[in-house]
Amino acid sequence: MKDFKQTVVAVWQFYRDGFRNMTWGRPLIWLILLKVFILFAILRVFFFKPALSGLDDQERSRVVGERITGAPEPPSQETYNM
Amino acid sequence: MDVIVWSRIQFAMTAAYHWLFVPLTLGLALVMAIMETIYVVKKDEFWKKTAQFWVKLFAINFAVGIATGIILEFEFGTNWSNYSWFVGDMFGAPLAIEGILAFFMEATFFAVMFFGWDKVSRRFHLASTWLTGIGASISAFWILVANGWMQNPVGTTFNPDTVRSEMASAQAFWEVISNPVAVSKFFHAITSGWVTGGVFVVGVSCWYLLKKRQRKFAKASILVGSLVGIAGSFAVMLSGDASGVHAAEFQPMKLAAAEGLQDGGRRAAFTIVPGIRIPGMLSILATHDIDGYVPGINDILNGYTDNDGNEIPSVAEKMQRGRTALDALARYRELRDTDPAEAALFRAQLEENVQYMGYGHLEKPEDVIPPVGVVFWAFRLMIGLGMLLLLELLVIGFLAWKDKLAGKKWLMILSLVCIPLVYICGQAGWVVAEVGRQPWTIQGLLPVNVAISSLSAGAVKTTFFLFLAIFTLFLVIEIRILVGAIKKGPETKNE
Repeated sequence: MKDFKQTVVAVWQFYRDGFRNMTWGRPLIWLILLKVFILFAILRVFFFKPALSGLDDQERSRVVGERITGAPEPPSQETYNM
Repeated sequence: MDVIVWSRIQFAMTAAYHWLFVPLTLGLALVMAIMETIYVVKKDEFWKKTAQFWVKLFAINFAVGIATGIILEFEFGTNWSNYSWFVGDMFGAPLAIEGILAFFMEATFFAVMFFGWDKVSRRFHLASTWLTGIGASISAFWILVANGWMQNPVGTTFNPDTVRSEMASAQAFWEVISNPVAVSKFFHAITSGWVTGGVFVVGVSCWYLLKKRQRKFAKASILVGSLVGIAGSFAVMLSGDASGVHAAEFQPMKLAAAEGLQDGGRRAAFTIVPGIRIPGMLSILATHDIDGYVPGINDILNGYTDNDGNEIPSVAEKMQRGRTALDALARYRELRDTDPAEAALFRAQLEENVQYMGYGHLEKPEDVIPPVGVVFWAFRLMIGLGMLLLLELLVIGFLAWKDKLAGKKWLMILSLVCIPLVYICGQAGWVVAEVGRQPWTIQGLLPVNVAISSLSAGAVKTTFFLFLAIFTLFLVIEIRILVGAIKKGPETKNE
């Protein structure tokens, strides 16, 4: 247990010192954070909502089934035969 | 332009942007791992400094390229929701494995490689450098398994209840990951990355020689870079040969389009450029037999007998069977709760024709022909540039080995010019692979016009231009940081 704790502390210190001592690499970290923010907090939230979100699996199969066959299906209580 | 075209352009732009970073990651990973291995074996500080410089450029490329692939996954859910549902666990499983295993492996060992100089043992650091590259390659493998399945959908069964392609067993999963198209694509993509890395290292090193700076470093880098690039080029040819055979077997229309072959036959000629042909060469490349039969576009439209004696139906017949499959699917879903016996008959009819289900969506047989001109010329661009790059690497590698690079200014300028060319070559390859399989998102099962979500073209157009602006900005930033690091040279700090 003591060894495990020491290992965790050593890994933590390794990363902490690594980030603290960065010179030219520091702007890259900011670049990554900026990009991840743009991707997940802006693009994902405002522009890329999954088209089938809010539907359960039965509804999704009904919607896609209709699209594929071109035949409308009633929103029935479908039972899957999986 | 309609929503399908805008969605395709958007996806193509995102994928092409992503592919600017991936091959350099794959190639530089091998270059820096070889250099660090030389350092550990020889215990020569020069090789440590050399490896550290390329690790630095690797890190910049990695940082800017990171997460660019995630946008593709956003697009799957938003623009291609029917496709995303249809592919089901087949697509989700490889992407999840890629995310969990390969990416975390890559990221963990990357940190040790980046922060660990003089903090961990030499051997552990070396292992981390190799594992960073191996992690990147494993990551690419899972993505290409998913892509390979779209080109040759093996190992899955269409479930009419869920409207998904599903893997029913562990055996099915094995079929998916050992899909010959995926395997040859993987080796083709990885080794093309080696070429990119090799050409990049040689080009940057030549810039130092032109500036009369860091000569020892530049010559050593040229030697390693050219070796990696040459090995990659030959491996690309081997995997490209396998890809050609697989295209002939699983996607003959793609091959016919790449060759502009209207009417095929035995001893089919390979067209170098229009008007210059090598008799019999296409048959050899496509079937490894000079008497092998290669179908042309008209043969595929009208039906033909393949090299195994199988009668391949005409596209019109496939369309008929596809419509039967779609009608049977609709009837099955309508009756399965109220009349199971009747529904079972339609299910059997569906299963009999399901391999042609996608053809039921086509309006006319000619819809299966991809844009021939684009595929034909992209293929020639890829091959031509690939040959030029191999020649450049052979010449400069040989001269560096003989220490006769002095005064070869033209060759150094050419090597610099080859950096953008290697990217054009890689992008041309993807154009052949992806435009060549149109109109399919999943070969034979799902055309693009059915895979698309119900969106307005305006919405897709908005995000397209948004991406274009963001991507351009990040690309400019990366190039500026890369150029800045190159100008400073190898004598700077390593983190």
